Amino acid sequence: MKKLLITVLMITVAFAAFAGGDKEKAAPMAEPVVFAFNNGTEIQSLDPGNIEGVPEHKIYMALFEGLVSYDPATLDPLPGLAKSWSVSDDGLTWTFNLRKSNWSDGTPITAQTVVDSWLRFLSPELAAVYAYLPGMIIKGADAYNSGKGSADDVAIRALDDYTFQFELTGPAPYALGMLTHYAFAVVPMHVIEKYGDKWTMPENFVGNGPYSLTSWQPHEKIVMDKNPTYWDADNVKIDTIIAYPIEDENTALNMFKQGDLDWIPTVPDAQLDSMKLDPTYVTNASFITYYYKFNQTKAPFNNPDVRKAFSMAINRQELVDKVTRGGQFPAFGLTPPLANYPKVVAFKEDFDAAKALLAKAGFPNGEGFPKATILYNTSEGHKKIAEYVQQKWKEVLNVDVEIENQEWATYLDNMQNQNFDIARSGWQGDYVDPNTFLTDLLYSTAGNNDGRYSNPKYDALMDKAATMPEGKARYDVLQQAEQLAIGEDMAVMPFYYYSTANWIDTNVWGGWTPTILDVHPWKGMFKK
Amino acid sequence: MSKYILRRALGLIPTMFIIVTICFFFIRLAPGGPFSREKKIPPQIMKNIEAKYHLDEPLAVQYIRYLGDVVRGDLGPSYKYKDYDVNFYIGRSLPVSLILGSLSLLIAVLFGMIAGMLSSLRQNTWIDYLSMSVAVVGISVPLFVIGPVLMYIFAMKLNILPVAGWIDEKGFKALIIPVVTLSLPYFATIARLSRASFLESLRSDYVRTAKAKGLKTSVIMFKHVLKGASLPVVSYLGPAFSGIITGSIVIEQIFRIPGLGRHFVQSAFNRDYTMIMGTVIVYSLILVIMNFIVDVVYGYLDPRISYK
Repeated sequence: MKKLLITVLMITVAFAAFAGGDKEKAAPMAEPVVFAFNNGTEIQSLDPGNIEGVPEHKIYMALFEGLVSYDPATLDPLPGLAKSWSVSDDGLTWTFNLRKSNWSDGTPITAQTVVDSWLRFLSPELAAVYAYLPGMIIKGADAYNSGKGSADDVAIRALDDYTFQFELTGPAPYALGMLTHYAFAVVPMHVIEKYGDKWTMPENFVGNGPYSLTSWQPHEKIVMDKNPTYWDADNVKIDTIIAYPIEDENTALNMFKQGDLDWIPTVPDAQLDSMKLDPTYVTNASFITYYYKFNQTKAPFNNPDVRKAFSMAINRQELVDKVTRGGQFPAFGLTPPLANYPKVVAFKEDFDAAKALLAKAGFPNGEGFPKATILYNTSEGHKKIAEYVQQKWKEVLNVDVEIENQEWATYLDNMQNQNFDIARSGWQGDYVDPNTFLTDLLYSTAGNNDGRYSNPKYDALMDKAATMPEGKARYDVLQQAEQLAIGEDMAVMPFYYYSTANWIDTNVWGGWTPTILDVHPWKGMFKK
Repeated sequence: MSKYILRRALGLIPTMFIIVTICFFFIRLAPGGPFSREKKIPPQIMKNIEAKYHLDEPLAVQYIRYLGDVVRGDLGPSYKYKDYDVNFYIGRSLPVSLILGSLSLLIAVLFGMIAGMLSSLRQNTWIDYLSMSVAVVGISVPLFVIGPVLMYIFAMKLNILPVAGWIDEKGFKALIIPVVTLSLPYFATIARLSRASFLESLRSDYVRTAKAKGLKTSVIMFKHVLKGASLPVVSYLGPAFSGIITGSIVIEQIFRIPGLGRHFVQSAFNRDYTMIMGTVIVYSLILVIMNFIVDVVYGYLDPRISYK
């Protein structure tokens, strides 16, 4: 027995000694400025041709630079690889003057590099998901990507070493802003030719952004150091950026509180109320709308009166104040307001009118209304909203709906195959223009029009807007279309415009501005 | 004996083949696929993607292609993470999970056996009640509660251990909270299992004889009781080991550990077919090998079992 006790004691002591090891403390604040942030999840790839999400975009902005980059505050296009540009009178031909700049290995970047990079992105073999963006605007791009045309017919060319030109399929006022997207990235073709798919390995990687890749330990961290060969290196003030792919929001918050992270873009829902009072909380309107889709391929939601009745029978202000609590803005239109595109208020909430509309549709006091289900992907937040809506519809319309949550891919599969009655949805614009909402979601043939809304009048208005130059007249047509689709047809049921939320101490970090796309360029950020 | 081992080892091949086959076809029954997106991918681009990953071929051809690759030791590209292949991710995360899992299991076995032994020797005393209470806590309180509580106390308040991270970043002290947390439920099961079997052995005739002969308690326990009483624990260790290696997703997420458990769960949500297959293969390999080892060890521990 004694022996046994001694053994236990020894193990305990050994364990304690083990615990006490590694006395090294972090070195005191040295000269280099390090900025660590939570990137939310592991990136899919470093190759701009293989990426899709927000975490990837944050890394992309550090390691690459396209023809244009973002203004950190307004997100307007600023000169990047191109120092200036001009557009022909018909708005179709764009010419860019490139600056003389190099890859991080010293190889010069020429107009031909841009041509080759864009053709690579469009090639069917690469199978880039975002190939549809250049496909939408650049002449010949869609045909090449879908295997119907050849690379030679894509209207992009190098006029000389430092002059690059492309032609659009039509006047697209948002084309220049779109060029900030990684679908228009310039990549080191000489390295790709040498290493093939292995070019993104840290030992082979070459970039042209304000930062260069120092190390990448998948699922642990990415370390990026200032790129001394970057053309505007003087304006890169932070020496090292560390991106952590932390999926557990509690862990990220704890690390933030301990000073291990300088920026976190989310906190756990349970901590939201208290963290909104934290001085590091920064919020801003965003370019995302939360809405429900109605399946218009079958009764009862093929009847606009039913859709309107349902949409008018809830209280959006109450929803954002009491249920979501994240500073969202009630939405009565689909497109979040933009500087030149005021908020569309397409309808009003009116419980009596809602009851009347439902009666007009043949369901007085909700009687005889068929069984309907709200479909959402499994998440606490979506569940709370669905429960609120379910209760409101019962109170106001006397209609019983069920709610059903499904795992992400199952939910998408059902929604995209019209296997639903009502489905929760959210949409973030890809670029700052109402087109990314109004065409992508509601045009009768749009791939993301899962409710299958179809109104020839609406399509005609969108077709008209597509040929108009930038300006108030075009926005007026778009507003008219939005008023029609939401106000009269209630093609979808908007709930609210998101607000962005970030936690970063802006007393310490300068040059970081909240923006509508929640995009934050690294260049220009500095420690105060 | 060696003939038995050889036969059992060869028997692993058809087992693995059946697992791979069933899994290959089953995961494709789940709705959606690796390229389901909220922003639906346009059909022509989907076509390019399917051609790139051979998803446009008939399923039988895909299956044969996959089997061929697996036999050559290539688990294929991940559909989600494009820069590295499945071999890389498993090769990188498996050692992490092995370290975390083995240490946790080692501690669980050590303390679990000790707790079980003490409880059985001092049945219905405070030692028994204390260790069994800890075991009940270990079984009933989930890891996602224990982990953050320990993190809050030792990392946030006392500041003596890191909040999260792995050895290469934070040193060996990064192991302490995750290992303790992960070992707790296994400790609990082992303590309860071993207490029951120790009690059973203690009441047996040969122990009574040993006592009558005047042997010391320690000799009785280690020489006579331990061997027989550890049988249930040994048979539990096989599945426990494979479970602890792949089932530590909660711990990995909370403590930011780049282990295998994440791939096991995330790949299913992502419909990352090749990654799912890779993790299933690793999991079942560990499971069948561990069961195999357990069977062999059994033969040494229990003279009544013989392999002819």
